[in-house]
Amino acid sequence: MAQSLTRRADPDKLLRFAEAEEQHDRRGRLKVFLGYSSGVGKSLRMLNEGRRRKERGEDVVVGATQPSSSPEAREVLQKLEVIPLRIVDGQQPVMDVETILHRHPRVCLVDGLAYDNPPGSRNAKRWQDVEELLQNGISVVTSVNLQYIEDRREQVEKIRGKSATQTIPESFLQMADDIELVDAPAASCLLHAPELAEGSGATEEQKRLSELRGVALLLTADVVEHRLEEYLKRNGISQTWGTQERFLVWVTPWADASAMIASGKRNAERFHGEIYVAHLAEPDLSPAEQSVLRNNLECAAKAGARAVALDGVDEVDVVLQFAREHSITQIFVGHGARGGLWQRIFGGTLDRIIRESDGLDVRVFPL
Amino acid sequence: MPDSLPRGQLKIYLGYAAGVGKTYRMLEDAHALSRTGVDVVVGYFEPHGRKDTIAIVQGLEIIPRRKVAYRGLTFEEMDAAAILRRKPAVCVVDEFPHSNVPGSERGKRWEDVETLLEAGIDVFTTMNVQHLESLNDQVWQFTGVRVRETIPDWVVQSANEVVMVDLPPDALLNRLRRGAIYPLERARQATQNFFRESSLEALRELALRQTAYEVDLRSEQEAQRAALRAPAGTASEGNVRPPADKILICVSDDPATAAVIRRGRRVADYLQADCVAVYVQPGNGASPLPAAKREAVEQHLNFARSLHIDVRLIQGDDVARSLVDFARLNQVTHIFMTRTEQAPWLRMFHRNLVQRVAQLADDMQVTIVSKRGLARTPQTETAG
Repeated sequence: MAQSLTRRADPDKLLRFAEAEEQHDRRGRLKVFLGYSSGVGKSLRMLNEGRRRKERGEDVVVGATQPSSSPEAREVLQKLEVIPLRIVDGQQPVMDVETILHRHPRVCLVDGLAYDNPPGSRNAKRWQDVEELLQNGISVVTSVNLQYIEDRREQVEKIRGKSATQTIPESFLQMADDIELVDAPAASCLLHAPELAEGSGATEEQKRLSELRGVALLLTADVVEHRLEEYLKRNGISQTWGTQERFLVWVTPWADASAMIASGKRNAERFHGEIYVAHLAEPDLSPAEQSVLRNNLECAAKAGARAVALDGVDEVDVVLQFAREHSITQIFVGHGARGGLWQRIFGGTLDRIIRESDGLDVRVFPL
Repeated sequence: MPDSLPRGQLKIYLGYAAGVGKTYRMLEDAHALSRTGVDVVVGYFEPHGRKDTIAIVQGLEIIPRRKVAYRGLTFEEMDAAAILRRKPAVCVVDEFPHSNVPGSERGKRWEDVETLLEAGIDVFTTMNVQHLESLNDQVWQFTGVRVRETIPDWVVQSANEVVMVDLPPDALLNRLRRGAIYPLERARQATQNFFRESSLEALRELALRQTAYEVDLRSEQEAQRAALRAPAGTASEGNVRPPADKILICVSDDPATAAVIRRGRRVADYLQADCVAVYVQPGNGASPLPAAKREAVEQHLNFARSLHIDVRLIQGDDVARSLVDFARLNQVTHIFMTRTEQAPWLRMFHRNLVQRVAQLADDMQVTIVSKRGLARTPQTETAG
């Protein structure tokens, strides 16, 4: 049974993966400590990792430190070789890439990835400095605050009510070899910001921090999911592991699916999952049928679902194949659809979907 | 009931495998508290021979374990009575999902922790995501391991804080290879199940998403409390709850019922829906169920109760009709059931339970929970 859920990967694809991996080997490795706010302890965790690696005999230097480090962090820094930042009169300090390249350690620690370098610097952004180190075979361990990630900026700004100007593209994180989430209760961040921890604003601030915390957890989960998919692909496996809930709403030109789509949207939101709305492309639809389908698709668009038209002869095979390829965990189908007495007796679409949907839940809606 | 102390606060350090650093993080926090003058003791600590972990427990007061004899062997368990007598402000308890040896006062360590909380003691504890009851089937599906020591989801939901202890699988596998987690022989065995890289990534993703859910849940509860405190008429639009869902789980003697109960409970939690499990007993005229089947039903009902699901027994000869009538009478919006297996030739003549329920419950949603098979995993994959 499990075999039927899997497909062998195409050998050419495997070769391309192998080549990409080889390319990768010459680069340094990038590890990112991601935190949702200042005060969660990213820097300390990063520095401690550097210290442990040094104790195990790796050649580690610190390429960049942050001015506001904790006493514990300063204590760890004492045990590490630090290449000082370059400071040009009153401007933002810059990582000394030239000296680091010349020194060529195995690992360079970069505390605070989201800094803009002053005009006239080697690179405009610190993450580009890091990219240069990686290209030269130096591994980098760095720390990032969620609020500086470009693609999450809008979401984070909405929560925080203020904007960050210095940003890092999320693709840079996706490319990281390792990402480690530094999690802590919202209240513990407030301990580091006593001015916020008291008074009427404290509850609001805690609420904001909790929201940011959720965003950071889910962002990391998405990165991990992406990695898991790549990994399974490399090993020639395509199947539903169900680590993220994914909903597929199956619509037809014969029934209004707006309630079913609304329910799919709500479920996807509650589970932080994804929602697809799919239908079988059918050629000869009457104007009435076309209009029902159009309404369903408009509904899908409004719900923010990914709408797809699928080709194929057998409706059940088409929907189940799509579901498996997209790691769907729940299929929503309407009751009524098409089908008179004949189909009921010899097994309608619905019966077959239920019977053949190993690994996925089927939710039948009263349409 | 006399006025009792306020209940202690529970903080859970959630990880996804042995060796990610849960115990270490917990003890770090315990030290930090202890330094500020809080009375912290270690109620149970499992060193696993790990150097770093043993080093960090130094300087904290450890309550000696209780020795329990069972079948000629001696086991050591947490001494809850001694902790209650010592009555610290905070107690550190490793391995929350542990099952106590038979003959102990309580079956589970989480039940021991419950008594500490009731006595007003704050507890820090550790667990991995695969021990969460509602994820049991999924975890089995991709690891091949049926986790026996599980914790009902409501216990975790009742914690005041859940913190994710993260570590990339690469780093974890490095630790494993260095012998920092298990002795090397055991480490090699471990790579056969949980410690496959793909399993680790999948478990890690589950832990991250679970923590996000736990964070959300607490924010929502906080918002609801705030709305209750707010003077009438000032509640903002955002606090209006959507129409209530109510989930009914159909219980039978089918072994797949356990998976339906877990799944129904999980969906109910995420949708903030009420949840009821229903078994339709044969009517007066019918012959009684064979003992084995009756026992299976009883087990399923007890399992549902242990997950804080309301359990109802109703009578009727027509199972589908009785179930749907009950559902309609109780404003159920959503029925969960297992798939009915049926021989192909029977399909031609006979409508099965799922079909009949789906037909009768034409104003509700009906979820047929799939049979989840064991997933294929890469054969060559190892941690070495």
